[in-house]
Amino acid sequence: MNRPYDIVVIGGGNAALCAAMTAAEDGAKVLILEAAPKAYRGGNSRHTRNFRCMHSGPLGPLIESYSEEEYFADLMKVTDGKTHEGLARMAIRHSEECLPWMESHGVRFQPSLSGTLSLARTNAFFLGGGKGLVNAYYRTAEKLGVDVEYDAKVTHLEVDDGKVVYLDYVQGEQMRRLAPKAVVVASGGFQADTDWLARAWGPAAKNFLIRGTPYNRGIVLADLLDQGIEQVGDPTQCHAVAIDGRAPKFDGGIVTRLDCVPFSIVVNKDAERFYNEGEDVWPKRYAIWGRLVAAQPDQVGYVIIDAKSLELFMPSVFPPIKADTIEELAQKMGLPADGLRDTVDTFNASCGDTTDFHPTELDGVSTSGLTPPKTNWARPITQAPFYGYSLRTGVTFTYLGLKVDETAQCSIDNRPVRNLWAAGETMAGSILGQGYLAGFGMTIGTVFGRIAGKEAASYAN
Amino acid sequence: MQTELVQEARRQAEICNACRYCEGYCSVFPSLHANRAFSDGDITQLANLCHNCRGCYYACQYTAPHEFDLNLPAALAEIRQESWEELAYPSVVARQFQKNGMAVAIAVTLCFAMLFALAKWIGQGEGEGFYAVMSHNLMVAIFAPAFLFPLASLAVSLWRYWSTVDGEPVTFNHIKQAFGAVANMRNLAGGHGDGCNFEDEDRFTQARRTAHQFVLYGFLLCFASTSSGTILHYVFDLPAPYGLFSLPKLLGIPGGLMMTFGAIWLFHLKLKADPELGAKGARSGEFGFIALLGFVGASGLVLYGLGGTTLMPVFLALHLGSVLAFFLLTPYTKMAHGFYRLAALVRDAQRKEG
Ligand SMILES: Cc1cc2nc3c(=O)[nH]c(=O)nc-3n(C[C@H](O)[C@H](O)[C@H](O)COP(=O)(O)OP(=O)(O)OC[C@H]3O[C@@H](n4cnc5c(N)ncnc54)[C@H](O)[C@@H]3O)c2cc1C
Ligand code: SF4
Ligand code: SF4
Repeated sequence: MNRPYDIVVIGGGNAALCAAMTAAEDGAKVLILEAAPKAYRGGNSRHTRNFRCMHSGPLGPLIESYSEEEYFADLMKVTDGKTHEGLARMAIRHSEECLPWMESHGVRFQPSLSGTLSLARTNAFFLGGGKGLVNAYYRTAEKLGVDVEYDAKVTHLEVDDGKVVYLDYVQGEQMRRLAPKAVVVASGGFQADTDWLARAWGPAAKNFLIRGTPYNRGIVLADLLDQGIEQVGDPTQCHAVAIDGRAPKFDGGIVTRLDCVPFSIVVNKDAERFYNEGEDVWPKRYAIWGRLVAAQPDQVGYVIIDAKSLELFMPSVFPPIKADTIEELAQKMGLPADGLRDTVDTFNASCGDTTDFHPTELDGVSTSGLTPPKTNWARPITQAPFYGYSLRTGVTFTYLGLKVDETAQCSIDNRPVRNLWAAGETMAGSILGQGYLAGFGMTIGTVFGRIAGKEAASYAN
Repeated sequence: MQTELVQEARRQAEICNACRYCEGYCSVFPSLHANRAFSDGDITQLANLCHNCRGCYYACQYTAPHEFDLNLPAALAEIRQESWEELAYPSVVARQFQKNGMAVAIAVTLCFAMLFALAKWIGQGEGEGFYAVMSHNLMVAIFAPAFLFPLASLAVSLWRYWSTVDGEPVTFNHIKQAFGAVANMRNLAGGHGDGCNFEDEDRFTQARRTAHQFVLYGFLLCFASTSSGTILHYVFDLPAPYGLFSLPKLLGIPGGLMMTFGAIWLFHLKLKADPELGAKGARSGEFGFIALLGFVGASGLVLYGLGGTTLMPVFLALHLGSVLAFFLLTPYTKMAHGFYRLAALVRDAQRKEG
């Protein structure tokens, strides 16, 4: 009864599951090797909440329509044009048929979450979030006869003469080897390997927090790139945002985000401001702040607000540090008290008329004669109690990846590797050169996961 | 209320409030997201909106071994349990029942059964069937207070609940909305209609919802059966026994079957479900209550079957003992959850109205 596996899928997140289910539906015998234990299965996908989807009319939870052109234009904006047009358009076009497919494979959607109404038209939200999605997919995969090994870390794929001949994985103390007909790599980026991050980015990266899974260490990626599989994406770049400095080193996920920067002043550990906090609405700026904080001494920033702004943003997971005076706040946060007093006084003195203040729109309420300026929401910090948060750089994913074509196939020496496909984060660099569009990660994983599964199954059959 | 329990529930609620991924599962989350800080009353209200479907546990990316250690169903269950014990009147009875539910249920049932048996010797009934064993008036004399006392006790508890959660004056519309949610057990559908995660980890099933409906509607049918009997007796002067096609039996037989079957099913489900996701101190009380319900239903059915045999008086005493125990213990058992839940839904309707 123990039929050998046709296909091994490396990884246990969204892309891996989509590939595995598709291949199993096409009749292949599939094994998923997931590095994480069951409790942590699902990689970064378990932290997601939505999926960006093209639609020509109301579709599932999505209202109105979202055309290919508009979707593509949104993508070009955030990536500054560094987008592979052919693959991007393909992902966009396929996204529409993905939504019903996801539903039929167990995913449930919900009306957009409170506080995210701006995405109601473009992004479909998972009921229960990404872990709910991942759970549903594991259930469906199981029904389709897919086997899953947890705690199974793939260490090596032997590529010989344009073909994967076997792969090795470690499970507990055991070293195991399998020789499936085809392999799908869906094991994410390398951001959890902070040594690698530090080599790529500089020693500052040691102080970064990793927003998602600690299991995406790029082991398979490095192994394949070492053997000459074609790579794509800037190896020194990662997507990073500013998050609560008290977040755990790994897996802090969505709750560690802080939305208060536009209503604050942000200083470094010397109590000096370093950037315009009111440049744009927060969803458009939180990624920039990841880099800004990374460039400050010790890679840390401090957000200071006063009582009148406390309720203007989504609640934070950790309560803010609270004090009755600026000096006391400085002391509690380990900042030079005089320095912070000076910075706040100078900022306050440069604030003008605040009657037009509007928390959800660019209100033009700005400072004058201040460098750096604050060009919106600039209200003096005067009303006790005062509140502070620390900010650190939180890495979402890395861009370096495997280069694939429109069939999700990997290549070596300008030729396809006959039995190797890649999907999800690990090949997302093939589409996105830089920047990121909310919900596009799951689109790439779902679209290319399904393609990889189909191609691998048709090869194996 | 134990402060550590409230603190723990509050800690978790604050994490959920920053996350919001579970918003669509049930009415706990929209209510939670309407606050930034949670008073003890808010936490009590959230706890009574939760019905322990466990959807938000299995979907949570922050459950142990993650350091955030989320387990909202358990945190709310503990609070709910505490609140029921504290609000019950008198609350010592509630505490005893939660600790030794099965023992209390059996003891009270047997005590009353003995009482009924004794009463039989003292006041031999004159009538036929059941009434040959015990006169209807004696039954009423015992049951009427047993029915009224729990109602009074529940009224006290609900009043206390209402002030704990800062309830406002109730309008017809609030009540209409609350009953709407109860009638179809909307919240038990899990927000997507696939049911809840009670049976088999993260698999959604309708089992608990269906079993609960069997018990609920079975109970209501039995109740209607008894009421119709009472009306026949007093208004139409038609005392029992009733034929198979009489109203009391037409309502009572399916009702008894549904209640017994539902209770056995719920008991079985509870045994399968992970105790770590509920209130640990209340398991005994919950099992005791389900067993009592099942016994009320089953012994009633057996009675119908026994007719005039010699076993009948014994079963009648046991059955009546269990019914009496069931009514008297209502304010202290899981039976009270329906009342608290309804109150919580009314309160939630007020919140939505803003
Ligand atoms: C906090 C957070 C929120 C996000 N929110 C969204 C969102 O709302 N919408 C969106 O579209 N995107 C979001 N993203 C991005 C999104 O998570 C990714 O784009 C997407 O999950 C990638 O899916 P994947 O399957 O490629 O990788 P992952 O889901 O990360 O899966 C990789 C899998 O590979 C396994 N693995 C790694 N190495 C090995 C090995 N050597 N052997 C075996 N297995 C291995 C891992 O354990 C993991 O299971 C978010 C990311 C984060 C961190
Ligand atoms: S239970 Fe977990 S996933 Fe759900 S809202 Fe709370 S923190 Fe988020
Ligand atoms: S257990 Fe169910 S009812 Fe309770 S809070 Fe979680 S999702 Fe809501």
